Amino acid sequence: MKRFAELLDALLFTPSRNGKLRLIQEYFATTPDPERGWALAALTGELSFAEAKPSQVRDLAMARVDPELFGWSWDFVGDLAETVALIWPEPEMQDQSAVPSLSEIVSTLQGASRADVGAHLAPWLDALDATGRWALLKLVTGALRIGVSARLAKTALAEWSGMELNSIEEIWHGLAPPYPELFAWLEGSAPPPDIAELPTFCPLMLAQPLEEGDLGTLDPKDYLAEWKWDGIRVQLVSRGGQRRLYSRSGDDIGGAFPNIVAAMPDDVTLDGELLVMRGGEVAPFNQLQQRLNRKSPDQKMLRDYPAGVRLYDILREGAEDLRPLPLRERRRRLEASHGMPRPNLDLSPMIRFADWEELKQLRAGARERGIEGIMLKLADSPYLAGRPKGPWFKWKRGALTIDTVLMYAQRGNGKRSSFYSDYTFGAWAGDKLVPVGKAYSGFTDEELRRLDKWVRDNTVNRYGPVREVAPGLVLEIAFDSVHRSSRHKSGVAMRFPRVHRIRWDKPYREADTLATLEEMMT
Amino acid sequence: MNSAPRPENWLRVTPAGLYCEPGDFYIDPARPVARAVITHGHGDHARSGNEHVLATPETVAIMRQRYGELAGGTLQGARYGEPVTMNGASLCLVPAGHVLGSAQLVIEYQGTRVVVSGDYKRRPDPTCPPFEPQPCDLFVTEATFALPVFRHPPDKHEIDKLLHSRRLYPERCQLVGVYALGKCQRVLASLRAAGYDEPVYMHGALLGLTELYQRLGVDLGPVQLATGVARDELRGKIVLAPPMALADRWTRRLPDPVIALASGWMRVKQRAKARGIELPLVISDHADWDELTQTLDDVGAPEIWVTHGREEALVHYAAQRGREARALALTGFDEEEE
Repeated sequence: MKRFAELLDALLFTPSRNGKLRLIQEYFATTPDPERGWALAALTGELSFAEAKPSQVRDLAMARVDPELFGWSWDFVGDLAETVALIWPEPEMQDQSAVPSLSEIVSTLQGASRADVGAHLAPWLDALDATGRWALLKLVTGALRIGVSARLAKTALAEWSGMELNSIEEIWHGLAPPYPELFAWLEGSAPPPDIAELPTFCPLMLAQPLEEGDLGTLDPKDYLAEWKWDGIRVQLVSRGGQRRLYSRSGDDIGGAFPNIVAAMPDDVTLDGELLVMRGGEVAPFNQLQQRLNRKSPDQKMLRDYPAGVRLYDILREGAEDLRPLPLRERRRRLEASHGMPRPNLDLSPMIRFADWEELKQLRAGARERGIEGIMLKLADSPYLAGRPKGPWFKWKRGALTIDTVLMYAQRGNGKRSSFYSDYTFGAWAGDKLVPVGKAYSGFTDEELRRLDKWVRDNTVNRYGPVREVAPGLVLEIAFDSVHRSSRHKSGVAMRFPRVHRIRWDKPYREADTLATLEEMMT
Repeated sequence: MNSAPRPENWLRVTPAGLYCEPGDFYIDPARPVARAVITHGHGDHARSGNEHVLATPETVAIMRQRYGELAGGTLQGARYGEPVTMNGASLCLVPAGHVLGSAQLVIEYQGTRVVVSGDYKRRPDPTCPPFEPQPCDLFVTEATFALPVFRHPPDKHEIDKLLHSRRLYPERCQLVGVYALGKCQRVLASLRAAGYDEPVYMHGALLGLTELYQRLGVDLGPVQLATGVARDELRGKIVLAPPMALADRWTRRLPDPVIALASGWMRVKQRAKARGIELPLVISDHADWDELTQTLDDVGAPEIWVTHGREEALVHYAAQRGREARALALTGFDEEEE
């Protein structure tokens, strides 16, 4: 547990992704089974202790510390697990032999009843130091919040072992903590774990953005075109009577979409786009956002924001892996088995076109809701995990742009911590500026230096890491779409806003108005 | 008169700070006054522009260094333990263990003995003499870290963390945020005690007081200005800077610094994280919870006044132990950058 606590502590304070990867790899390399397997489960969010509740942790501390002092301390620290970790009275002599291993914690707590949890935690808290107590309490109350995603932990596994991340992703959902067969395989002492009958995730094939000039080098006869839907990519997997709805990163989000899971056909793996749809009509992305925010939707949610999947590929049918087949053939199989629309599932139609000019016009004309652009897929290509160059292109609808006025700037993180690199910009509403969005990217290092200097020279107020600047600088912002939003004061929210150009030349009074932005709403 | 006047009748909170009526002086006044007694040289306790100042010779030197001509009209140095009479009150300064020159003020008036702690700590500090508990009738204490979540680990533990980080990242430099007076020199001295004998680089704002410490006889080993040193030369080195400079443009000259901060606040991970600190070092010049409560026991005063910090918690603790305790709610003390 001591090593694991040190790892969590180091991960919490290490800002860079590479630094985090280095720490996790070092831990896997130097920690034995099953300890490292449980750590991997904790980092990937696969570990939970249903019987351990924050209230038990609080009660445990309250029994040892003056309740008034505990209350003030909690107010000051703000986080229950950390408050208890810091305030826990350490015994004069700590019994090092009572420091639990991660395995001991897991096996003890998973078999414990709610009434027993406190009795198990107390002697461990007595034996651990403050960081150990913090890690233990974070672990059992189920919120590490150390800036490590499941994907980052798996990336560390891949880098450490030299295996492909995709090979790990592919078997991941067939494994259970503490993953002895995974580590044995990664260390080269065993064959890959057998996942034949399990509903595992197939790593996704991703598209590259179509650049100016790419079209000239491509033959329209080689490509199939589909609409690019503005939802989220999902994979439907059913196998051996089990069903999973995986997000793009391989998380099972089926719990949030029970109707889709219910509608899933048997023994197949399908690739498609998750959307809010009403009678075949796609709703704007922010309606889907409502559903994504809920882990378990109530009846009202299900009724108001009906979700469905628009299918565009088939990766497996029965025991047959279709991924090596050319897309043309997979498409034929998809249409043959799943061509009939059913509730919550339909087929993404193909776009017929003779040449690039025609497709260009179709793309320009597609102002319909829910369409982000066009996908171009090489008809002869197999399904390849990752983002191979060439077979798949995304050809987004031209970005929208608007001239805004810089209002606030915030310091960045890590290498950008001495730069004001995060910008809040506003549009005119009458003679007042209303903040309409935030952008962190789209400028070069040289431009960042100049922006940083401008911010420092034009600051009128400071709020911690944030500076308010005098209106004066126009930022031309590019964004994919804009939606109505009740969460923002302006009433609008942009998708993917980024700095398109810095208009050093433009008088800020001539920036755009909120009304202009509202007219762009889809 | 058959009993001594109670201290609240002659030691009062005023807008300028704590005022001793029989002595006609203010303690660490927040604005210029005719007569001031200064417990130590931190800017929120030792302000400029008082007509007459009484402090330890070290504190006087620090004030002269910081304020030059504006340090005060007359600056009177009193050594630890040297009795001083100010009008009707007898005074004496005794070590507070906070920073070089820091003192508690002992006031005796008509048989009542009052100790005003100033800022203090109880653990050893190689740069100043240790706190000496004084039995008294009234103890006026600080409470910066008066919550039981604050328990500062031993300095050595934190210095080892810094040296470990340096070994872990030989291609980066360690940039440690330290308060210019006290913390800076204590971190230096602790590094030396841990056997680190390379030059330590520093921000220009730290150099003056560090050299003053050295002139006053505190051995801190070789120090050098970081400004002007080539980036590559600073790889694997330790650089000290004021906390305010950690996210400043100044840091761009440094090779991929590991940002550390030496402060008692670093005990709370959420706080360290929120400040973008990569290496929190829990090194404080203030007493932690155990030291504060131990001190209340050691001085044995039946009456406790709390000047600044988390007053409610310490008042609550003292009251539970049968002391008469109250918060003074003095303003003007800045505790963020301890």
